[in-house]
Parts: sequence; C-alpha cells; structure tokens
Amino acid sequence: MTEIFWLIPFVPALSTLILALFGTKLPKKYVSYQACLAVFGSFVISVISFLSLLQVSHESYPLVKNLFSWISSGSFNVNLSLQLDPLSAVMAMVVSGVGFIIHIYSVGYMAKDEGYTRYFTYLNLFMFAMLLLVMASNVVLMFVGWEGVGLCSYLLIGFWFEKHSAASAGKKAFIVNRIGDAGFLLGIMFIFIYIGSGEFTAINAAIGGGAITQGLATLIAILLFVGATGKSAQIPLYIWLPDAMEGPTPVSALIHAATMVTAGVYMVARMNLLYALSGTAAQIVAIVGAVTAVYAATMALTQNDIKRVLAYSTISQIGYMFIGCGVGAYAAGMFHLYTHAFFKSLLFLAAGSVMHALSGELNMKKMGGLRKYLPLTYPTFLIGAIAIAGIPFFSGFFSKDAILTAAYANGYYFVWGLGILGAVLTAFYMFRLIFLTFHGQERLDPKVKEHIHESPPVMTIPLVILAFFSIIAGFVGLPVVLGKKLNFFGHFLEPVLRGGHETHISHDLEWILIGISVGVALLGIIIAWFFYIKAPRIPERIRERFPRIYKLLYNKYYIDEIYNAAFVNPTVRGSEKIYDHFDLKVIDGAVNGTAKVTGFSGKILSYFQSGLIKDYALIFLLGVIIFIGYLIIF
Amino acid sequence: MIPPNYFLILSIILFVLGVIAFFIKKDLLTMFMAVEVMLNATNLAFLSLARSANSIDGQVIVFFIITVAASEAAVGLAIILLVLRQKKTIKTEDIKLMKG
Repeated sequence: MTEIFWLIPFVPALSTLILALFGTKLPKKYVSYQACLAVFGSFVISVISFLSLLQVSHESYPLVKNLFSWISSGSFNVNLSLQLDPLSAVMAMVVSGVGFIIHIYSVGYMAKDEGYTRYFTYLNLFMFAMLLLVMASNVVLMFVGWEGVGLCSYLLIGFWFEKHSAASAGKKAFIVNRIGDAGFLLGIMFIFIYIGSGEFTAINAAIGGGAITQGLATLIAILLFVGATGKSAQIPLYIWLPDAMEGPTPVSALIHAATMVTAGVYMVARMNLLYALSGTAAQIVAIVGAVTAVYAATMALTQNDIKRVLAYSTISQIGYMFIGCGVGAYAAGMFHLYTHAFFKSLLFLAAGSVMHALSGELNMKKMGGLRKYLPLTYPTFLIGAIAIAGIPFFSGFFSKDAILTAAYANGYYFVWGLGILGAVLTAFYMFRLIFLTFHGQERLDPKVKEHIHESPPVMTIPLVILAFFSIIAGFVGLPVVLGKKLNFFGHFLEPVLRGGHETHISHDLEWILIGISVGVALLGIIIAWFFYIKAPRIPERIRERFPRIYKLLYNKYYIDEIYNAAFVNPTVRGSEKIYDHFDLKVIDGAVNGTAKVTGFSGKILSYFQSGLIKDYALIFLLGVIIFIGYLIIF
Repeated sequence: MIPPNYFLILSIILFVLGVIAFFIKKDLLTMFMAVEVMLNATNLAFLSLARSANSIDGQVIVFFIITVAASEAAVGLAIILLVLRQKKTIKTEDIKLMKG
C-alpha cells in the first residue's frame, strides 16, 4: 500500500485532461462531480499513504517512487520520481484536503459563471501542479510544479480577463514571480554544478558529507530564497499578492492563502540542512520574515477592501512561517503553515460568502451590522479571526506561539519583538474587519439590502468544516511546556527536519512568553473594540492627527508607485526605444530588404522572357541539336 | 522479319513530324498532340533497339514513358481546359504571361 502514493498528483491531472479535452460538451453537474471527486481521490490516497508511513521505520525515509528517467544528458540526470516522507505527506494532506473543501465551495460560488468548466479545469490543474511540487523528489521536478502553480495562479487571477484590472493583475503576478524564479533557477544550477544531482537525498548526503562549503551553501540558500520571496509574497516581491484578489474568491482562498503561497516555506523546510549549514541564509530568512510580518500588517490596518485586508494578512502570516524556518524551528514554521491553511481559507471563503450575500460588495465602509443577516457566515468568520489573532485553544495560537517561543529561545530577540508587534497588529486589523463588517451601524446600499441572503448550503457547509478544523487543528502540536510528548506534529516531522535545533528554556519563561503573546492578542482585540464599537470617532481623530502616516499606510507605502518609477517605467520606455530603433529599422528593414532585392532581380531577369511558347521550344530544340552534335563530333 | 532499321527510320519520321507540328500549329491542344507523337516515336525507337539488342531494359523504359505520358496527358489537358476558361482562347500567341 505504500507504493500508491505516486498516484496523488496524477488523479487531478487525469481529470484536468478530460475536462480540457471534452469539458465543453459535458454537463455542468458532471463537471462538478468529476472535479471534486478527483481532488477527494487525492486526499484519500494521501491519508492512506500517511497511515502507511506511520508503519514504516524512520530509517527508510523517504520512500521514493521512480517513474522514469526524464532527462539524461551526460552527467546531468533528472528522473521523474516522487517521494513520500512526513513533510510531503503532511503537505499533500493539507493541499488536497483544503483543496477538496474549496472545490465544493466553488460549486456554489461559481454556479452562475459562464466559465464554469474552464474554472474547474484550471483548479484541477493547480491541484496537480501543487501536489507535484510537494511530492517531487528532486529540485527540477519541484521547479516544474513551482512553475505550474505559477501558471495556474496567473490563469485564475485573470479568470475574468474581460476586466482590465484582472488581466493586468494576472500579468503582474506572473512577471513578479518570474523575477523570483530566476533566482530559484540559478540556485538549481549551482546545486547541479557542485553536487551533481538534484535529488533531495543526494543533496542532503552531500551536505552531511561536508561536500559543500558554508559560503556555497549560503549562496545557494539565498538564491533559492529569492524564489521563495516571489512565490510566497515576501519583501521585496510581495506586491503581486494584494492585486491577486481580482480572481474569484475561492481561488484567493486556495491558491493565494492556503497552498501555493506557502510553497516557499515548504521549500525552505525541505532544504533545511542547507539553511542550517549556512547560518547567514537562515538569519536572512528570519529577518525578512519578521520585517514582512510587521510591514504587511501595518498595511492591512487602513485597507477598506475586505479581501485586501486578508491578502495583507496572508503576507504577514507567511512572514511568521519564515520566522519559524529562519530561527531553526522548521517544525513550528510547518505547523503554522498547516493551521494557517485552515483558518485563512476559512476567512477567505467567509469573505466570499459576505460578497455573495451583498451582490459583490467588497468595501467594508458599506457593510456593518451584517451579523443578523448572515447567521452562519458570522460565527465561522469570527472563529477564523479568533484563530488568526492567537487566542488560546484555537489553532493559530499554538502555531504562532511555537514560532515566537522558538525565536526567543534561539536568541533572536529582535525577531521575537517584531513578531509580538505583528501579533498586536494582526489581532487589531482582524477585529477591525469583524466589527466593521458584522457589527455597528448598517451602512448598506438600499439596493444591495433588498437582495441580502445567506449563502446556500454548498457554500456554508465547507465554512463549518473549516471552522471546525480551525478550532481543533492546533491540538496535534501542543507547546512543550505541557509535556514533551504532546507535540505529535513536531515529532512526526523530526526525521526530515534534522537541520532544526531546539533550545530548551525554563518552564517559567515559556509560560511568560505564552502569557505575553496571549496578552498582546487580547490587547489588539480590545483596541479594535474601543476604536470601532465603543468610540467610533477615535479612528477619525487619529487620521486627522497623523494625516501623513495614514496616507502612507493607506497608499501601501507607495511601493507600487516606487516600483513603477524605478523598474516598470524604465523597462517599458526602454522597450519602446528598442522597438523604434531596432525592431522597426533593423529587423523590419532586413525582412523588407530581402523582399526588395528579390523583386528587383526578378524584374531584371524578366526582360529575357518573351512569353511565347514557340520561342522557348525553339531554344530548347537548338540546345538539343547542339548537344547531339557535340556527342557525334567528339 | 523486318530489319530493325526500318523501325528506326519510322521512329525518326514520326519524331520530326511531331517537332514540325509543334512549331507550326498555333493552338495548345494540337501542340499537345504533337508532343504525344514525339513521345511515341521515342517509344518505338526504344522497342526496336531493345529487340535487336535482345535486352529487356528498353521495354521497361517504354512502360515508364507510357505511364509518364498518361499522367502528363491528365495534367496537361486540365491545364489547357483552365486556360481556355480563363483566357477564352488557347492560341499560344495570345498567352504571354511571362513576358517581362
């Protein structure tokens, strides 16, 4: 039974193929069933593989299934092979499980869309690429999945391509990701040059055997991390993610919150020995993560678009995951990835349900008091917000606390401080969102209010399932202070994450740290309550008092404008110059020149033609006579 | 038995007739027939030489020529038909598309 794990990515691949070839002829109902069942199939196989993995001894990790040799060119060999170890098993279950729930939700959300079949084709293709990414046993195949999810992200952000903003958001995501991918590719190149193989087992063996120096490890690790900043939307390449919200909301939930954007975290965890060897690279990861966590959270404070707040929140939470990986607590980073997948997809789907109820309204300024209209969306949204804010016994608390405790224990006090600051901001902006949307005065458009309704069960049931997991998912990784044995998640991943290091701190200190993170979460919620329920005029006054800061945050630090001025416009203008001078003159000149020369020579030669058949025949005859005469005489 | 020279002489006469017809006739269809006469004149020459040399090679070539002539007739007639439809004439001096 352990062998079937290689089927996990290929079930959605088959479904994609069928939908892409015959999709337009199939009835809508069949499309929904097939798309959902394919992902469910992957999920079932993932669970079976996970259970069978528990029976296998640690020494035999990872289980590798070599399908065939893909590229074989001299010393450059790449196999199409998949591997199963605790890390990929966890990722496969999260991706296919959350993916399945979001597929079901999409059946309701996209029901009236004209591109229904196209949507599910892309979504299944995404599942294939993502599962390939997490199960690949070498960096090249991982890169194939990496690019595949990027492609699907582009296709789905620009799903409503007739809208200009959606089309350009898709393009932006694609181009920004290419910049990161260039770094990733260079990293792969160095791996092949100095290690000679892209297999993860070979890379780990080379690192263990001392085959690569620390400097080289730093170089490769940083190049790979550049790719991760693109895919996982970290500073400086995060700018595409907020715009990615132009896509359908379930897509934002699945791709731009729960799965694809965490690929960078998975990659760093997969390469944990490399980052552990380098040290410097790990510190860079931790600092970039911490700065991003706070920076993105500040931008979320002033946004009024419900999905944009969640987008910045995603960037911020991925920052936390990178803190975990950077400080050496890879298991904690992965744990946050796993809990985040539940509560963030829940938040997005609930936001989608709000949009659905309000005929597509996104602006929180035009909501308020929705609590009584949306009896199922409200509590599930609230559970998601509590989980992300880090209130005890909800999943987000355990994972965020594990990261921050590890950061403190390993001596990254600065990073820990930023993490705590980010936690306050997180709690604040999430409850600002809750209060503005569901509480307080109704600021609804009267026209919208007429059509207000709770979403159908096909959308609310996924919300309830995700809410359930947002509550309980954290209990598989309880803090060390409650007992060393209770962190099942960490123990399960331990054989893979050998690059991690734990520093033990006293129980008292750990309790204090837990107390601080709970305290700041409550503080954030209280401030939000005070600002938006108790005294709603305070935010107004703060805005008047510090107009510059407010404007800076509201305009997202003008980063888009700066990037446009620094990179985009020079590129566009340079390209225009090249077009004018090189394309039009040199390339077009060469093509037109060839045509002119041919035409001219044809014209010269045509003077020899009379056009009369008799003339040609006569010349022909003369030629034959001369030829025969020559043969006879000589 | 008739000596092979006779056949060769007949072949030459036929060939020259074909050439003359090709040059003095003005419509494409008759010129086309003249070409056929020339082809068959060569066939005759090949056959008679093959017979006198007691070799099968000449006969094989004749079969080739007949095949090629058949295809050429099909294509040629089709072209002539189209020329007639387009130009309303098959007189060669009226068709001078290649003149520079």
